[in-house]
Amino acid sequence: MKEADFRDNETLDLFKQSGGNILLTTIDAVIDWGRSNSIWPLTFATSCCGIEMMAAGASRHDFARFGIEVYRASPRQADVIVVAGTIVNKMAPVLKRLYDQMSDPKYVIAMGACAVSGGPFYYNSYHVVRGVDHVIPVDVYVPGCPPRPEALLYGVMQLQRKIKLESMANPRKTENLK
Amino acid sequence: MKEVINLPVKNIEEEEYHINMGPQHPSTHGVLRLVVSLQGEIVKSLKPHCGYIHRGIEKMCEKDTYPQIIHLTDRMDYLSAHINNHAVCLLVEKALEVDVPERVKYIRTIVDELNRIASHQLWWCSFGMDMGGLTCFFYGLRDREKILDIFEESFGSRLLHSYYTPGGLMMDIHPNFQKGVKDFIKYFRKKIKDYDDLLTGNIIMQLRTKGVGIISKEDAISYGVTGPSGRASGFACDVRKHHPYGVYDKADFKEILGTAGDTFERYMMRMYEMRESMKILEQLIDNIPAGDYAAKMKAVIKLPAGEYFQRVEAARGELGVYVVSDGNKTPYRMKFRSPNFSNLSALDHISRGVKIADLVAIGGSLDYVIPDIDR
Repeated sequence: MKEADFRDNETLDLFKQSGGNILLTTIDAVIDWGRSNSIWPLTFATSCCGIEMMAAGASRHDFARFGIEVYRASPRQADVIVVAGTIVNKMAPVLKRLYDQMSDPKYVIAMGACAVSGGPFYYNSYHVVRGVDHVIPVDVYVPGCPPRPEALLYGVMQLQRKIKLESMANPRKTENLK
Repeated sequence: MKEVINLPVKNIEEEEYHINMGPQHPSTHGVLRLVVSLQGEIVKSLKPHCGYIHRGIEKMCEKDTYPQIIHLTDRMDYLSAHINNHAVCLLVEKALEVDVPERVKYIRTIVDELNRIASHQLWWCSFGMDMGGLTCFFYGLRDREKILDIFEESFGSRLLHSYYTPGGLMMDIHPNFQKGVKDFIKYFRKKIKDYDDLLTGNIIMQLRTKGVGIISKEDAISYGVTGPSGRASGFACDVRKHHPYGVYDKADFKEILGTAGDTFERYMMRMYEMRESMKILEQLIDNIPAGDYAAKMKAVIKLPAGEYFQRVEAARGELGVYVVSDGNKTPYRMKFRSPNFSNLSALDHISRGVKIADLVAIGGSLDYVIPDIDR
């Protein structure tokens, strides 16, 4: 989605499914507004991208401005898992368990080339999971090695955009995503 | 009739039990898993389980040419990325007997020291967070961004630069580089006092760290604990001083040694080291000689058959690179002696008998980077 469309409500409405109940769509709007503006990420970083994720949360970039603020150490309290860094074969079952421990609705951001596709460890390797979407369903991909904090911010905003399109009439089923 | 089974009642204060710290735990700074054996709240023993971020860098190096290897070493200890590159570049230059221009040596030394300061700033943030003070996180990363600005202007990226190549540098420094560094030193000399006010003088922090997790000098030597952690125990292990590379022999700086070897001493070593790094920067920044930014190298770099070793002082300790070459453009075997792996090996020894909350402080003071442990 283009950056210019992000704030454009008409584009947003186009994506919304038409023909909804007026009561349901109003409640949807309120719930989605609340959900998209208070996303709690999980404190989970495996490598280099974790440093950029820290930088995104720190003084200069400060993504608390967009509501993605409180880093939770426990997956049970988190809404979004930012997979920051390489996932190797030994780590993959642990990541799956972390994802399963999170309560619905839950979202995944794949941050960095390693989480998107295996990154610089793709070739001649025996150890890396070639993309975290082999293990858990991913909502937003943020490429880069490592991505700048601004890129992660943009990824978070895309996720908010995605959350705003959710509806009670057509609920998101995580088990069907993969 | 139902049979009644009497289970033995276990006394939790006397019984030893095991808990898993990690792989997902905020205080392990990554995906380290520690299996801690506890009696009540006291740590009896501890087993680190490695491999949750094993990226096979050593094996991948065997398929890559030497300029390609630089990019993989960046991702090993990403907080001292330049210094890792420096080790490989020095090794290749030593093996081929290439004389790099004086300008390159100066720039490399300056950038290494900048990287060391940035790394220690991030350590200070995370150490404060481990102790429960979130304030440090914001202050430390605010100042770290100033260094990243300098890096970004000259090398084009924030964290992983791959700026050094065998024989020189990827490109020349930006015209603003010297001014940027001087401004930063002026800025940071003021701000580092805030660090002391915020955390060093804090009585809670001092009570939690003094006398906790002591490594004796003998233990530091036998476990191979190097870097600021080793020097806190009085182990004179600064490679910059004892086996100088770059232009460290031209700079006047002290190798500060501690005596206590506890968590607080390890903390203080890094605070001193940031000031020493600034001292080195001040001496070198005005004296960068003019000249080429790279020596002339062959398009395909092949090391003569043989074994080579090079060591540098990374932000966390001594980084060694060992290469066995069979004369091809790729190494036959590449081995990294990473500082974090040796520092971690001492963790079991020093954390026996401490409370589990102190284990977090000890881990923070050893400052391990997990991808460097697993490689």
